Formats: sequence, structure tokens, C-alpha cells
Amino acid sequence: MELLSGADMLIRSLQDEGIEYIYGYPGGAALHIYDALFRQDKVKHILVRHEQAAVHMADGYARATGKPGTVLVTSGPGATNTITGIATAFMDSIPMVVLCGQVASTLIGEDAFQETDMMGVSRPVVKHNLSVRHPEEIPEIIRKAYYIAATGRPGPVVVDIPKDMTTPNERYEYAYPKKVKLRSYNPAIRGHAGQIKKAVDMLLAAKRPIIYAGGGVILGKASDQLTELVRMIGYPITNTIMGIGCYPASDKQHLGWLGMHGTYEANMAMHHSDLILCVGARFDDRVTNATEKFCPGARIIHIDIDPASISKTVDADVPIVGPVDAVLKEMLSLVKEAKEKPDADAIASWWKQIDEWRAFHGMRYETSPDVIKPQEVIEMLCRLTNGEAFVTSDVGQHQMFAAQYYKFDKPNRWINSGGLGTMGFGLPAAMGVKLTHPDDEVLCITGEGSIQMNIQELSTCKQYNLPVKIINLNNQALGMVKQWQDMNYESRHAESYMESLPDFIKLAEAYGHKGVRIEKKEDLETKLKEVLAMKDDLVFVDIYVDRFEHVYPMQVARGSMKDMWLSKTERV
Amino acid sequence: MRRIISVLLENEPGALSRVVGLFSQRNYNIETLTVAPTEDETLSRLTVTTSGSDKVIEQITKQLNKLIEVVKLVDLTEGAHIERELMLVKLKATGSQRAEIKRTVDIFRGQIVDVTSSVYTVQLAGDSEKLDGFIQAVGTSGVLEVVRSGVSGIARGEKVLSL
Repeated sequence: MELLSGADMLIRSLQDEGIEYIYGYPGGAALHIYDALFRQDKVKHILVRHEQAAVHMADGYARATGKPGTVLVTSGPGATNTITGIATAFMDSIPMVVLCGQVASTLIGEDAFQETDMMGVSRPVVKHNLSVRHPEEIPEIIRKAYYIAATGRPGPVVVDIPKDMTTPNERYEYAYPKKVKLRSYNPAIRGHAGQIKKAVDMLLAAKRPIIYAGGGVILGKASDQLTELVRMIGYPITNTIMGIGCYPASDKQHLGWLGMHGTYEANMAMHHSDLILCVGARFDDRVTNATEKFCPGARIIHIDIDPASISKTVDADVPIVGPVDAVLKEMLSLVKEAKEKPDADAIASWWKQIDEWRAFHGMRYETSPDVIKPQEVIEMLCRLTNGEAFVTSDVGQHQMFAAQYYKFDKPNRWINSGGLGTMGFGLPAAMGVKLTHPDDEVLCITGEGSIQMNIQELSTCKQYNLPVKIINLNNQALGMVKQWQDMNYESRHAESYMESLPDFIKLAEAYGHKGVRIEKKEDLETKLKEVLAMKDDLVFVDIYVDRFEHVYPMQVARGSMKDMWLSKTERV
Repeated sequence: MRRIISVLLENEPGALSRVVGLFSQRNYNIETLTVAPTEDETLSRLTVTTSGSDKVIEQITKQLNKLIEVVKLVDLTEGAHIERELMLVKLKATGSQRAEIKRTVDIFRGQIVDVTSSVYTVQLAGDSEKLDGFIQAVGTSGVLEVVRSGVSGIARGEKVLSL
């Protein structure tokens, strides 16, 4: 047995867990740990400029790779600065371990310098949190933290580490546990066979079925099973904004995504369906609109790893608790074996109806001869990158445009804060992706409001050479706030106008990067091509887009799925 | 509807705060809460009374089950069960009141556990309605202080909540 200090045990545990990167920021309570990091070279530390960004970086890494991200910060402000990032990961079920320094255990509760009750502060936004009470516990706690973060419905786990747990000259026997024992935590490993059978029977008997898939398919690495099942039965599929990429967007069975800014055809098909197969989604209010008016004729099969997600907002007729990949696999084999086949006539007339909705072109925008439309920027980016880029976004109109007009055929490539809606997420998330995907195109689609919430990370990008492309759809206003004010507050634009915008080009240059401004429509394509050719540079692309554009379709507040605005004047 | 949910919880620091936090975070109601270690010192048993629609109660039990430190739980009100709450009451007891209070305590099968020349301290166990009934019977004007333990409960018959 080796004898190691608490700090060395912590870092060794991370090595043994196979952790490649830690994103973090040092400080007093974490200094023993940082010293242990310094004395090894297996785990690489990325120094951010604000702890929130460390968490979003870990989050971007986790979403792109499917592996848990890791953050290391000090106590007090270091820890509290992570909270928005942790809440972001929590809402979107992203696996992550956040290691927080803490004042020495002898000082806890005395309002010591840089003391915060991180266990208490983080409690409502974590899957779990753990506190180290003896250095010997460290390997087991780290093992548990990653196990809990990555299994079942994933989520962030905080580990609080008082400074005296990492004292250099107190050494203990180190062994990394092979297994985790948690009598109270046993995530389902398969769905209930009877329920699955019932679901398949209902699925095959449906006349107007639709598959509604969510982020759980991506988190559960079940895109292949879902795609196979959907293609085999030939039914239409829509997905949530978190589920983008779980099924190829370019496929003819795909209706686009649904909900508040979803496509006309997806929302119409949902509303008129007689059967909804929900896979790894959670009937969020941005999807359902008013729940009492939600899909009145539909029976609902709901597959989810988290029982609490089932019948939370909308009641399920057939609940199936289990990992989506395992459940879909079983459904697939039952569908293959089944004597009954889908009702060909009913399904054909359902598709005829859907194609009519499609032909209505719900998602459209007017182009202008001289003003750049945000939608056309996204469409052009999608074309120029063959739809294969990793795209992170911030939050607001640009996020919706990016999700609507960039067509993703693969999972893990669309990375956004869907649940919490965190402005400032995009750039650090893009950095986390670029770090592990250096040869892939990584775009951060943002707005001049969001980008300024974590703009300091341009400095981190310089230090670690992270040539992401920042696409700033600059409409000189907080676009989504302004849109709501236009629609609901008689265009009283309370605080939604961004005065005194910085010169983003000079700002990018000040951080040692390149900047390109695009103001004229005729320059758009040439300049974007130039930008994408600058493989080794971070380029801040400041694009002046239509200041008056709204995102459509938009569901009418408190209406049903089918009640939508399709333009500023057109309501269905 | 009022429910009694009994929870076996890892006996660890912070576990209780997760349960209590969950209720406030998700806008659920806690009417009473009791918690103490069990015969297995690694476990605490927590009993919470709450109210809500069936949908809300279903969410409460699911969300409680999601907490890593919750080992097992049961909604006692789903079956036959025994519910008990302990109450200690200080009552003004002078003159003719003393005999009257004594009689009422006997009727409710309580005990007078402390006596001074002007005060009786009464101990009473029963379901919450019985305790309410006692207070009503003696009249609130004579009540100096009340302390109630909150509800504990156990299923009737062979059913047990254990690992």
C-alpha cells in the first residue's frame, strides 16, 4: 500500500477514474490540492478566468463527449461562483463533479475567511453532494461522486473538501475502490417487460402516432436504437431542443423540434396525434404550452430513467421506467417479432396530413435586399460547415435561430442551456468542446448580450489556444426580451437596449485574437468563408443583423400546442 | 388529502436538510415532521405528514425516493396504520379546575406528569385529532403551553418498513 496525503489521494483518484481535464481556479483552501496537481502530469488543469466558466467548460466537455466533466475551485467565492454553472448542468442532467475547497474543518461554522456553506448553498441544484470528514475517505468519495454523477439520470455532484483533509504531511494508505456500494441508490437497468409489451401493442395499433424524443436519448446514448425503431415503423418523429441530433434532422420522417419555437408541423402533429411515444423527455412547459389543453386526443407512453419525470406535468398512460437504450432495444425486437403491423392506410393518411402541414411552411422568414437576417447567417453557416460543426449557443433569439436553422444529423453536436437558460454559457462550453475536438469546427453562436456575460474567457482561449469561432448575431438589443416586450408590453422596451456596446473587434484583438465585422449582406458569405478558413485563430465575428426580427413560430401563451404565431401578423 | 409518509434515511449529517429542503424547494407542505435514529444506528426514521392531491403526493414520494440518502419509504395512509403523537400541556389548575382537569385527563387516558399548586403538566398520546380534542375539552383559556411531537406512524399487521 502506498501512503499518500489527502491532496495526493484526491489527484490519484482522479487519475484512476480516468479524468483527462480539470477546469478550475486556485485559492487558499484549494492550495494543497493545486500543489498535488502541479507534481503530476496525467490530469491536465485548465485555468479559467471566472469559476462559472470552469463549470460551463466542464459541461460543454460532458455534452460533447458523454463523459463527466470535472471542476476544481476554492472555498467561499470560488465555490459560490460555480452555482449558476451547476444549476445549468442540473437542469439539463449533465454529469459533472465539482470539487470545492473548504476552510479547515476546525473553522467551519465560525464565519472564517472565505467560508461558505457550500453543502447548503448547492443542495437544491445538485444530484448529490458529499463532504469529506476524514482524508482516508477521499478515494471512496471520489469514486461515489463520479458514479452518482454519471449513472441513472445524470447530474452534477459537489464534493466539499475542508483544507485540513488535504494536509501534505499527513499520509494514509491509498487504494481506489473498484466498486461503489450504495444501498439507497440503484438506478433501473431495464424497463418493465409487461409495460414494454403494452407500449408496443399501442404503438402498432395507433392511427396518428408521433415519437417525441428528448435529451435523455442523447444522454442515454440511444440515438442508434431510436433511429432504427423510428425508421422501422415509419412514424413521424419530433424532438425537444435538448434532443436535437438524437435523430437526423435531414431525414424525411423528422418534423423538426417542437414547443414554444418549434416547427408548425411538429406542433400540429403533436396536437392531433392519437398516440405519443415520449422517449427521454419531460413534458417541460416550453414544450407543452398549457397542460390542460395539451394533445387532447393522445394516449401517452413515457419512457424515462427518472420515475419522477413521469406524470409530473402530463399524465402518462403507460409509464416505463428504465434506460432508454435498453427499453428501445426491447421495443425493437418486439416490433420485429410482432404479427400485427402498423395500419398502413391510417399511417399513410396521417403522413398526407403531415405533409400538408409541412407544405404550409410554418418556419419562414422574409429576406431583405440589404439587411442581414439572423436566420440566413445560421443557414449559411450550416451549409458552409456541411452541418457537421459542434455548435454551442447562449440564450435568446440567436439560440432559437441556431436551433431552428442549423440542421444536426448527429447527437452531441448541439450544445445549449435548454433548461436553465443561462446567458454566458456558450463561449466556455465551446472551449470545453474545442479542447477535446481540436480538429472539428466549433461555433459559438451568441448575441451581444450573452457574450458579455463570460467575455473574460477570451483570455483562457489565448492561453490554451482554443480557436473557436464566435458568431455574434449583433442586433444591439436583448432580442428575446425585446420580442416579448413587443408582443406583450406594447413595445415598451424596458432595459432591453444595449447602449455602449464595446468594439468587439478591438476587444478580440486586445485578447490576442482576430476580429471580423460583417455589416453588409453582400459580404456575408465571403467573410464567413474567410473566417472558417482561419483554422488556427479564434475569430470573433461581429455580424450586424436585423434589429427588428422576431423568432417564429411562437406558441400563443396559455394556448394549446397548435396555437401559434407564424409571423408578426399571422396567427393560427 | 392528508398523508403520513414514513422514510428510512441514512443517518448522516445533512440528510435531514435534503428532505426538508426538497419540500420547500418544490412547494410541498410539511405539517409535522419527526425524526430519530432506529435500532440500526446507520438509519434514521423520519415521519412527515403532508397534504396534497394524489398527483402531488405521487411526486413527493418519487422526489423523496430520488434523494440518494433515502433508503426506503412508505405512504402509511395507503393502508391500515397506527398513528400516534405525543403532547405535553401545561394547564392552569387552581381551585375547582383541578378536579375537572383530572377527570378530563382520565377520559382522554392521559397522565398528569408534574404538579405545582397552580399548574398541571399533562402528557397525552394519540392521533392528532384526539390531541386537538383534548385541548378543546379543557378550553384554550386554561392552556399555558403546548408541545407536540409531531406524528409517528406504523403499518398495522405484518407489514414492516425495514431493509
